[in-house]
Amino acid sequence: MLRAEALRHAFGPVWALDGITFSLQPGRTLVIFGPNGAGKTTLLKTLAGLIRPASGAVQIDGGRRAIGWIGHQTHLYNHLTVRENLLFWASLYDVPAGERERRADRLLAQLGLADRAHQPVLVLSRGLAQRATIARALVHEPTVLLLDEPFTGLDLAAAGDFRRLLAEYAAAGRSVVIATHNVEEGAELASEVAFQVRGKFVEHAARGRRGAAEIAEAYRRAVGHV
Amino acid sequence: MSDLLRHAWVIARKDLVIELRSRTAFVSTLVFTVLVLIVFNFGRDPTATAVLDLAPGILCVTYTFAAMLALNRAFQLELENQALEGLLLTPISRRSIYIGKLIANLAFVGLVEAVGLPLFVVFFNVPVGHVLPALAGLIALSTVGFVAVGTLFSAMVIRTRFAELMLPVLQLPFSIPPLVLAVLATAKLFTGRPLEESLGYLKLLAAYDIVFIGLSTLLFPATVDE
Repeated sequence: MLRAEALRHAFGPVWALDGITFSLQPGRTLVIFGPNGAGKTTLLKTLAGLIRPASGAVQIDGGRRAIGWIGHQTHLYNHLTVRENLLFWASLYDVPAGERERRADRLLAQLGLADRAHQPVLVLSRGLAQRATIARALVHEPTVLLLDEPFTGLDLAAAGDFRRLLAEYAAAGRSVVIATHNVEEGAELASEVAFQVRGKFVEHAARGRRGAAEIAEAYRRAVGHV
Repeated sequence: MSDLLRHAWVIARKDLVIELRSRTAFVSTLVFTVLVLIVFNFGRDPTATAVLDLAPGILCVTYTFAAMLALNRAFQLELENQALEGLLLTPISRRSIYIGKLIANLAFVGLVEAVGLPLFVVFFNVPVGHVLPALAGLIALSTVGFVAVGTLFSAMVIRTRFAELMLPVLQLPFSIPPLVLAVLATAKLFTGRPLEESLGYLKLLAAYDIVFIGLSTLLFPATVDE
């Protein structure tokens, strides 16, 4: 369960968050669409606890241990191998010793990185590094996933694999929040859709039977009206 | 407590593995140490002042500059792909991060000092064999306090624009007391005075270490949180 209550945060005179309130039940996937500068990254960072809001509160069942995060940076160490990175982060989340290797190897296989496991992150392409980032975010089996433009750099096959993985996570009762400006990528996964413009949710509703085209049209209307 | 130290060790081990693989910081710090010793060696008039009068100051100042260089890189690692953000997202105590960094920095600086001491002996022809255990203890005591403060300041300045300039500006004033104590105690050892005459200095150095490790551990969370 994730709950955000009246979040407000400003950078200078600009309100990146202007009274955002919502809650997300386990098993639901909220996709937040918004143009550049709408405050999507600020919202996710605030939910993750990386930014302390000027006012308002965030409540996540399980606290920081429950959060899986993918942001604009990989959080991977270039001179460690992909597998060593996963084991390092798993250790900090107190994943039991024997379980760490099992989870790391399973994720590496699921994300098509098994043959890259022993390569340093330094030599990975942008797309492969993004796959490693996804593995890093999932290695402690978080119950709340906060994903900021998670499809960046992924090729079609990897994006498809990741979408399937996210669908499995949501089906297993985890909450997923995705921020993106790409309606095509996000619509398929959404059980709830929000449009964020200038720090506000101008619309937040269940996706219902809407397809990507209808969501895109609603998004254009919402963005245009603000 | 055990979680605190276990997480700290995970972070320290990661830093040491990365340093072992990249070796850039160690090699550059060692080269810097050699250059400083060369400058001191050729920058003095051997007929004007006895080498034993200058040697304690030269040794301590060389170690201070070398340690400063080493400390600059302590949190640079964490800026790589914004790994620091990842560390802050984990459920571990912020103090684990500090203690882990402190352990890694002590190992790193200790290694540079261990390699630098024979070079110092070669350059200045100071016989240290008969006082080696006491000298090693003195160097260890003065290094611990210096690195404890330096690790805190390194974290504090890392996200500023002029981190490499800010670190010495902040740290050197705090380093004057242990530097003075270390020079006085080293002079006693080099001139063959009994160890009892240096015990007062060593006790003060130990007190400095305890106070500043405690203070730095307490203050560290405030330096990394937003």
